[in-house]
Amino acid sequence: MASRRAQPRTAGTYGRRALVIGYLFLLVIWPVALVVQKTFEGGLDNLRTALTDPVVTDALQLTVVVALWAVAINTVFGVGISLLLVRYEFPGRRVLSALIDLPLSVSPVVVGLALLLAYGGTNGTFGPALEDAGLQIAFATPGIVMATAFVSLPLVIREVVPVLHEIGTEQEQAAKSLGAGAWQTFRRITLPSIKWALVYGVVLSLARSLGEFGAVKIISGNVAQQTQTATLVVEQKYQDFEQGSAYATSFLLALIAVAALVVVTILRPKDDPDGD
Amino acid sequence: MTVDTPLAPGTARRRRARSTTSLTRSSGLGLGVALTWFSLLVLIPLALVVIQSIDGGWETFRQTLTNPQTAAALRLTVTQALVVTAINVVMGTLIAWVLVRDDFPGKRLLEVVIDIPFALPTIVAGLVLLSLYGPDSPLGVNVANTERSVFLALLFVTLPFVVRTVQPVLMELDRDVEEAAASLGASRFTTLRRIILPSLAPAITAGAALSFARGISEYGSLVLLSGNLPLKTEVASVRILTYIENGNEAAAASVATILLLVALAAIVLLQVLSSWVARRG
Repeated sequence: MASRRAQPRTAGTYGRRALVIGYLFLLVIWPVALVVQKTFEGGLDNLRTALTDPVVTDALQLTVVVALWAVAINTVFGVGISLLLVRYEFPGRRVLSALIDLPLSVSPVVVGLALLLAYGGTNGTFGPALEDAGLQIAFATPGIVMATAFVSLPLVIREVVPVLHEIGTEQEQAAKSLGAGAWQTFRRITLPSIKWALVYGVVLSLARSLGEFGAVKIISGNVAQQTQTATLVVEQKYQDFEQGSAYATSFLLALIAVAALVVVTILRPKDDPDGD
Repeated sequence: MTVDTPLAPGTARRRRARSTTSLTRSSGLGLGVALTWFSLLVLIPLALVVIQSIDGGWETFRQTLTNPQTAAALRLTVTQALVVTAINVVMGTLIAWVLVRDDFPGKRLLEVVIDIPFALPTIVAGLVLLSLYGPDSPLGVNVANTERSVFLALLFVTLPFVVRTVQPVLMELDRDVEEAAASLGASRFTTLRRIILPSLAPAITAGAALSFARGISEYGSLVLLSGNLPLKTEVASVRILTYIENGNEAAAASVATILLLVALAAIVLLQVLSSWVARRG
């Protein structure tokens, strides 16, 4: 990278820089700034109105509960499946590795439809049997958790798998030959090496989980104060001409998303060889 | 971020001999549990969508496709996703180039800005765009309830894909080869065309495929922005939702299956294109 700074700056360099900054300013920076501005237009009134509205607070509470469940499931599942994909040989391993990415290219609306076809209470494939057993999935919290877990499923795996490849197995084998059990090897050797990738994956999953909209809209039934999540409240408030509450709830969701991003940017110093 | 190059190439490149073992008893149990969960959550429900769509035979498909409203929605979705992907290929590569090769104060901030569309809830993304390009626009540009609103929303939500796939490859690219080409008398354009673009082609393709797949499946950011006007601004995802709300799950599944097929076709086509470009270089 020694030659990096030696490249002469031409008019083209500044032209490209201006074009990129202008594009991002018009597409992202200015619109996001306007939402912040509109939230605080009447001082703290919008936030206060939103946070004293039980419809909004119930939705925020549900969103947090659902996101925590989805992230917990995806973390355990993600680490497990990553270890299996990288460290073990079994028939169908490559197919599984390709299928894991599937949730990223499926429309949220299709995710909702798929879960409804499988777990719908009246004509889903498993729904009626499960409801007879006392477990309601569609139009209840378990369904919302499943939809959220579906859309954020690959995020942990995509971060952890490359790191597992990178670190190799020498240390793990050394630990094993010194008599460490499988769990001890994982906790003392593997976990510390994948720690940052895991944290990064978890933060991304959390941001994605808090913000899921389409899939949740279909599977939740969207009943205020029962199965309505924060993103569904934004839609409802906006359409009910309670723009202040819509902007305030959006602001809270955007704040969490941007905070998660900043945490992630701080956590990954090695991606940026400049170190600036 | 999460949109960096898919798992497969890395797996193939870095796979070391003897670093994998066959399943032990406990790992076999773990695999069983993981596969059961994955099937119950993803594979079986998605398979049910495909089954539902072919259940009614060819007739349901034909009827759904020839419904003028659905046909218009599919046409709009695919066209806008194509246009947006083309823009992302150019702008995304340019943004990645500036982020890797240029250096200026505030560059770290732009890194965060690139990821905002990915992290922001889609419904909030719609609201965000509405505040600058809606009825109260300080710019005087109002795209709400027009075709351009679909274009704008897709452009916003797909911004990170090409940037984030091209960036790591550009970082690893050997500058010596470019300098050698230049010292042998190649013009900057020739260097770009013969050296840089062929090495970036697979990454650009992967990003374009992700961007297109995301584009045709977008829903949340369009809800508040496009107004979902039939035959005008209604996209395929909205059609699926309407079919579900009307209890017509077979038609909903048909549109969903068509979307899945289009995404698959795009990925295959881009793969072929990418290997052709790489061979020419």
